[in-house]
Amino acid sequence: MHNFANPTRFLAIANPLLPWIWAAALILLATGLYGALVTAPADYQQGETVRIMYVHVPAAWLALFAYGVMAFASAMAIIFRHPLADAAAKVAAPIGAAFCFIALATGAIWGKPMWGAWWVWDARLTSMFVLMLFYLGYIAVWQAVEEWDMAATIARVVALVGAINIPIVKFSVDWWNTLHQPASVFKMGGPSISNDMLWPLMVMGLAFNVLFLALHLTALRSEIAARKLHRLHMHDVGAQ
Amino acid sequence: MRTVTASNLACYRGGRQVFSGLGFTLKAGEFMEVRGPNGAGKSSLLRMIAGLNDPSAGTLGSDGGDAELTLGQQAHYIAHQDAIKPALTVSENLAFWARYLSGGAVAAVLPVFALEHLRDTPAALLSAGQKRRLALSRLAVARRPLWLLDEPSVGLDEASHRKLVALVLKHLADGGLVIATTHVPLGLEPHHILRIEPAGKAAA
Amino acid sequence: MSAFLALIARDLKLTWRQGGGAGAALGFMLTVIGLVPLAIGPDQNLLQRLAPGLLWLTLLLSVLLTADRIFQQDYEDGSLDILAMADLPLELVALAKALAHWLTTSLPLAVMAPLLGFLLNLAPDGMALLAAGMMLGSLGLSLIAGLGGAITVGLRRGGLLAALLILPLYVPFLIFGISAATAYAGPSGAGSSLTVLAALALAALAVQPFAAAAALRAYLR
Repeated sequence: MHNFANPTRFLAIANPLLPWIWAAALILLATGLYGALVTAPADYQQGETVRIMYVHVPAAWLALFAYGVMAFASAMAIIFRHPLADAAAKVAAPIGAAFCFIALATGAIWGKPMWGAWWVWDARLTSMFVLMLFYLGYIAVWQAVEEWDMAATIARVVALVGAINIPIVKFSVDWWNTLHQPASVFKMGGPSISNDMLWPLMVMGLAFNVLFLALHLTALRSEIAARKLHRLHMHDVGAQ
Repeated sequence: MRTVTASNLACYRGGRQVFSGLGFTLKAGEFMEVRGPNGAGKSSLLRMIAGLNDPSAGTLGSDGGDAELTLGQQAHYIAHQDAIKPALTVSENLAFWARYLSGGAVAAVLPVFALEHLRDTPAALLSAGQKRRLALSRLAVARRPLWLLDEPSVGLDEASHRKLVALVLKHLADGGLVIATTHVPLGLEPHHILRIEPAGKAAA
Repeated sequence: MSAFLALIARDLKLTWRQGGGAGAALGFMLTVIGLVPLAIGPDQNLLQRLAPGLLWLTLLLSVLLTADRIFQQDYEDGSLDILAMADLPLELVALAKALAHWLTTSLPLAVMAPLLGFLLNLAPDGMALLAAGMMLGSLGLSLIAGLGGAITVGLRRGGLLAALLILPLYVPFLIFGISAATAYAGPSGAGSSLTVLAALALAALAVQPFAAAAALRAYLR
């Protein structure tokens, strides 16, 4: 149980699948981007800047989704005590943080022409900002605690406490935002969005999901390899 | 508690095997000494029996104790650290553990390691040896059948060492069980010696 | 129950003897509040507008600075081993330690912080609501500080990590504390914010013991 309990089975499934998943991610991404940048019309109000939406919205969605994966894997690690679940949670964090960063950065770039400022404390951006802090805290735990098993246990606690708090933070920030007259937030979705804009958004959403899967499995595979190296190293120390 | 049994115990730390295949049976009134070089996992073994550290493999059990309680709840554990608060006096330190461990009166405990005259001295002012005596006094604060002693005699003078041996002998005579690690012989004939070899092989 | 109370009583006594409670944190608070006019200028109206927010921020920071004490000593001197082995579940040990921290640190700070408002020209009618919010929230602040302290107890440089973990968890307390104190929506608005603050503290009460105990167990191994 103290190394990844038999990761060979995981590898046997993941290794042949990975190239296909990567290919699917890239094809979907190319299709989505083509739709977003070429076929979709410019917004009559926002002009060409609306195209940022096709990256911003899926990235924000994935940032939250990755935290969900992390929390779910942490819960599985507690219930089944399977170290592979800890590793899955561990490697999901930097990917989620990257999506979170993309959402924040594209939000800022979008905000500049919209609001005339790189950063506006709009409710969504603020929630996303706090989510980023949760990611940073989780990643910092893995870096600060040297022993893998110990770090895994602590990280589970941090991930689940964060998961409980994300809805509370979201609720608080929305409340806070209504107190301070909301800026015109990214309004999208709803029945008004045209099909020309909807399908690239959907394809980009799907592409980001598959991309996450590809990144996650790849990262998990290298985490397993890193653990193997570490164990070999520890074995040498023990033998001396 | 009639017996404490361990079989095939293993301990991993940081992905490295510290020890494996440890087993012993200790009966009421018996004293077992755990021997082995530094880093062999002697302290880890005591912490495992105390329930602070789950066995990576193997089983630990007891027989004839309180079935409601864990092994740790029926044990006293004297570690390297003294678990003393420097800001509290000697008797306040003992009084806290007595209350926390549902033990008896502190007045009866003070003489065990001749701490009566230090009763109202803040623990911060004690010498290392006196602190050790205060830490060991916890053994007399509440009754626990199993004693886990990690290098208990470190820092003790000869008189205190004799008091420790007397206390352990009395506990054994009352049907208690004692497991101790020690580099310096306690001056007590152990009923069992558990050797932990550095490579992880053990022979009882 | 006796063990639970004994632990709280011991921590109160220790804080009293070592002077480690709200005293130094209050000095910190006073210093930060004293620096504010130097940073943003002595304009009375501006200070009055910023006062509730600044007072809440300094309260959060001063509670945060005391978070590492909650378990550090017991961990380092081996007391935590003994506390964890005995009959009292480790969850209740964690709760008792957080409650002692609340009584010795967060609650006194929450009582004192609004009084420092006079340095920032705090509007007198806002003071009572600010104090009420801080006192209701302070229990939650201590519980979360205890969780952060437990998560970082075995780390040599855990202070920064504790801050990174604790402060985002303080976001809801900050929002509703300010919302109660500024109560743009009138007294009824303040009432609902105070209710939410109490609910947040209760939620922390429900989660903290388990989370903190799980973290402590990892370090006791």
